Amino acid sequence: MIDHTLITILEKVSDPEIPVLSIMDMGVVRSAQWKENKVEVSITPTYSGCPAMDVLAEDIKAAFNEKGIISEVKLVLAPAWTTDWITARGRKALEDYGIAAPLDAEADKEALLGNKKIIKCPQCGSTETKMISQFGSTACKALFQCETCQEPFDYFKCLK
Amino acid sequence: MNKENLIQYIYSIADNSLILGQRMSELCGHGPSLETDIACTNMALDLLGQTRSYYQYVATLLGEGKTEDDVAYLRTEREYKNVLLVEQPNTHFGYVIARQFFYDTFHLLLLEKLQFSTDETLAAIAKKGIKEVSYHKRFSSDWIKRLGDGTAESHQKIQEAITDLWAYTGELFDMLPEDQEAVEAGIGVDVTTLKEKYQEQIKNVLDEATLSVPELQWFQRGGKQGIHSEHMGFLLADLQYMQRTYPNMKW
Ligand SMILES: [Zn+2]
Repeated sequence: MIDHTLITILEKVSDPEIPVLSIMDMGVVRSAQWKENKVEVSITPTYSGCPAMDVLAEDIKAAFNEKGIISEVKLVLAPAWTTDWITARGRKALEDYGIAAPLDAEADKEALLGNKKIIKCPQCGSTETKMISQFGSTACKALFQCETCQEPFDYFKCLK
Repeated sequence: MNKENLIQYIYSIADNSLILGQRMSELCGHGPSLETDIACTNMALDLLGQTRSYYQYVATLLGEGKTEDDVAYLRTEREYKNVLLVEQPNTHFGYVIARQFFYDTFHLLLLEKLQFSTDETLAAIAKKGIKEVSYHKRFSSDWIKRLGDGTAESHQKIQEAITDLWAYTGELFDMLPEDQEAVEAGIGVDVTTLKEKYQEQIKNVLDEATLSVPELQWFQRGGKQGIHSEHMGFLLADLQYMQRTYPNMKW
C-alpha cells in the first residue's frame, strides 16, 4: 500500500541511471506508509546487481528529509519486479529519452532472437532495426541499431 | 535444519556466483570486443547482485553485527565452497564461454528448483535470479554455437576449452551431508536429479555447434569441500586485498 499523501514526494525521486523516469513510474516502490512518526518505504530491485538501488534508497531518504520527514527504506525481493510494472507514463518517458520501451514477453523473445524486426527506433520510428548485443549500457537494456537512420539505441529488455 | 548447516548450504550456492562473477569482472576493459566486454561485465554484475542477496541473508543468520562484507572478504580459502569450475582462469575467450556455458546450464536448472524452497528468502532470490540467468545462458549458448560452427581456428579453440573444462562439471552433482539435510528439510535442491537434464541440454547445444562432448570416466572434485585449485589463492588475493590490507576500510 502506498499512502497517497506521500506520492508527490516519491514522484520527485528518479532512477539515477534514467533521470526522466520517476521511481513511481518505474514501479519499484512496493509500499510507503506512516509508522508512528516516520515513513517506511519498501522498494524492489530491477536487477539483482543493479548498482542504482543503493543510490535510490539514499535519494528517497533525502527527498523526505527535505520535507522534514524521517524515513526508512527497505529492500524486498519478492515478488520480483517485472517490466509490466512500468506505467504508461513511464514508457512514454523512456521513448522520449531515446530508450525503446519493453515489449511483452513473447514479442521480446522474438526480437532478441532476431526472428522478427519489431523494435521501433526511438529516433525515427523505423522498425528496420537489428540487435547488436543482448547486453547494453546497463543490465536492463540490450543494444540495438536502426538500419534506417543508423543510430544506435538502447532497448529496455522485458523482464517477467 | 541447524543454522550452521544452513549457512554452509547457502555458501555452496552463493560462492559459485561470487567467484564466477569475479572471474567475469576481470574482463572489464579487456573483453575481445566492446559488446562482449559489456555483456560479460553485466553478467558479473548480475552474479554479484545475487551473491549480495545470499550473503545478506547469511549475515542475518550469523548475527553479532556481521555484514555481507565479512562474508565476502574475510573468509579463508578453505571456507569457500564454490566448485572448481568457476575458479578456472580466463585462459582465452573460449574458456570464458565454455566455463560460463557449463555453469549457466546448471545454474538455471538449480534455480528453477530452488524457487520452490520452503525457505522464503532462498525462494525469492532464486525467482529473481532465474530471469537473469536465462539471459546468461542464451548468451553463452549462442557463443558456443558461433565459435564451434565458426572458423577452423575458433572451432579448435572452443573444443579445447570444452574438453579441458568438462572434467570440472562432475562436481556440480555431488551432494554433501548438509546438502542432503537441506533437501530433507525442503529447503535445498537434490542436484543429482538435475544431471540427466544437464547432460542432455549440453549435448544439444554442442551438437548444433558441431562440437563433441568429451568422454570422461574421472572428474576433478574438491571445491565443494573447500579444497581448491592453485588458481583460487590468486583470485582471493585480488578479491580480498583491500579488506586484508586496510581492515574495515569503507569505500
Ligand atoms: Zn532510426
